[in-house]
Amino acid sequence: MLTIAETSFSSRLFLGTGKFASSKIMEQAISASGTEMVTVALRRVDLSNPNDDIMSVIDPRKYTFLPNTSGARNSDEAIRLARLARAASGNRWLKLEVTPDPRTLLPDPVETLVATEKLVKEGFIVLPYMNADPILALRLQDAGAAAVMPLGSPIGTNQGILTAFQIEIIIEQAGVPVVVDAGIGAPSHAAQAMEMGADAVLVNTAIAIARDPIAMAGAFAKAVEAGRTAYEAGMGAKSTNAQASSPLQGISEDLSFL
Amino acid sequence: MPDFFSWQNQLERCSESDVMHALECAKPGIGELSALLSPAADRFLPQLAARSRDLTLQRFGRTTQLYAPVYLSNFCTNRCVYCGFSATNKIDRKALTLDEAEKEAEILYRRGFRHILLVSGESDAIIDVSYLENLAKRLCSRFASLSIEVQPLSTEAYRRLFAAGITAVAVYQETYDRELYKELHPAGKKRDYDFRLDTPDRAAAVGMREIGIGALLGLSNWRAEGMALGYHLNSLRRRFWQTNFSVSFPRLRPAAGAFAPLTEVNLKNLSQLIFALRIFDPDVGLIVSTREEAAFRDGMLGLGPTRYSAGSSTAPGGYGNPELNGEQFSVGDHRSLPEMAAVIRSKGFDPVCKDWDASFQESTLS
Ligand code: SF4
Repeated sequence: MLTIAETSFSSRLFLGTGKFASSKIMEQAISASGTEMVTVALRRVDLSNPNDDIMSVIDPRKYTFLPNTSGARNSDEAIRLARLARAASGNRWLKLEVTPDPRTLLPDPVETLVATEKLVKEGFIVLPYMNADPILALRLQDAGAAAVMPLGSPIGTNQGILTAFQIEIIIEQAGVPVVVDAGIGAPSHAAQAMEMGADAVLVNTAIAIARDPIAMAGAFAKAVEAGRTAYEAGMGAKSTNAQASSPLQGISEDLSFL
Repeated sequence: MPDFFSWQNQLERCSESDVMHALECAKPGIGELSALLSPAADRFLPQLAARSRDLTLQRFGRTTQLYAPVYLSNFCTNRCVYCGFSATNKIDRKALTLDEAEKEAEILYRRGFRHILLVSGESDAIIDVSYLENLAKRLCSRFASLSIEVQPLSTEAYRRLFAAGITAVAVYQETYDRELYKELHPAGKKRDYDFRLDTPDRAAAVGMREIGIGALLGLSNWRAEGMALGYHLNSLRRRFWQTNFSVSFPRLRPAAGAFAPLTEVNLKNLSQLIFALRIFDPDVGLIVSTREEAAFRDGMLGLGPTRYSAGSSTAPGGYGNPELNGEQFSVGDHRSLPEMAAVIRSKGFDPVCKDWDASFQESTLS
């Protein structure tokens, strides 16, 4: 069971809702994925309209709705969007995205931290999207982030977890859940993140653009579960100490003082 | 903090294959720590030592830090049944004046020490925050770092001391076994288990550079104490990622009051505990004091510990006057700093006397 801000989730797969061919397919993919957390770009939805294409599909009793601030170029824009969203829906959850460079959509660490500090003070449950920077993860955690969402590789690239080395450090240090976000292009990438000990993954493009998004959503669900099970079962690590050709060399004599 | 007895159960359930897994594991967690501390791991001591040695070398290199304690006072309002300073014991009581304390520190300075640990019995009426603050102000320009091991203090007190130049706080839980803790601390402020347990949090919260924790070995099941230490360390690390942490492994020594250890912790046990904690947390400072005898300390060099005390006296005023009584416990290794440094060098390690500088600490610059 995963807990974020006192809310429990039995599925560790979070879904993004952009890029689907239709809201009908999106709905079926959401359902096939077994997810309980769905993120939606605030700029895409009309929160106050229950008949909105996307909103009408996300039953608030079934899913935790995680509006995101994608498109915000700085903390002020993100904060403004967040306040509007809360005023319209009463929802305190927020995936904070501050991405000033529209080409790479890489998150701005400084503005993200500033916005996190302010939004947490205003009572938001903030899950910041971030570069896989271990110190930044700790700074965001100190600022009150409810989880951190480091990227595996730039958004939409399907390149998988290129930042594994840093994500491992983040996972090791974090006191809040770590959700690997962005770049997850195949179920094996999601499984890898889970095997590394990530608490959850967020997937969008890989499912939305698959030939059969519904089948792909199911495949991701299984991969996430497999990866998590492997992690909990305690995998034999790629040994770091095996290079020492004979690690016990001389050690018995060394211990003769005992 | 999970219940002490649940640790014991967890330890009993570990198998040899759990131990082998823990030895190979790249990022050991509490589960792996329990395997390394379990009875099943006893026969893997050489493997634990090898892993611990490799990690220590990787993270700390060929160095060993040296420090010495300055005992400021042996007055204590507590009655810890195992301690020579207990209020019930009839010993010569002495508290150093600020001048006397400065003199003791000066002796250590001349002997080459740059890191000192200010220690006292727990008595607010004798050694209070102002005393420590004033002493720190007198000493901080001479010494690279000043640590304290005194009664648990308030956050505000730690803030004042940090501003005065104290950079590290050591506070040992003695035993994480809550029931036993009650029995061993029959009177005095120290009875409050939780206030003591939260002390590292208060000290870390004001920015102290290093926090030392530890359990007194010989009171309860050492394996379970090791689990609790690992858990405590882990939870502190999660909250205070800018703080350095260290663990000490004081074994009960003969002392006034003639308390007999409740459980035996032999040298193999002590080594296993040190190796297990090193494997569990490759970056934690591990301290072996002069409570232990020379042969053990020499043997452990490079295998896990990173810091040794040397040339210690545990009686207030004991450096200026070695004839003094009133020590907290009797020392097991009497070698001086130069002697210790020579041994460390002969083993291919660098004895480090200065590993900090006051200019890091803005507040101490005037
Ligand atoms: S262990 Fe500390 S608190 Fe207890 S009697 Fe000794 S000096 Fe006092």
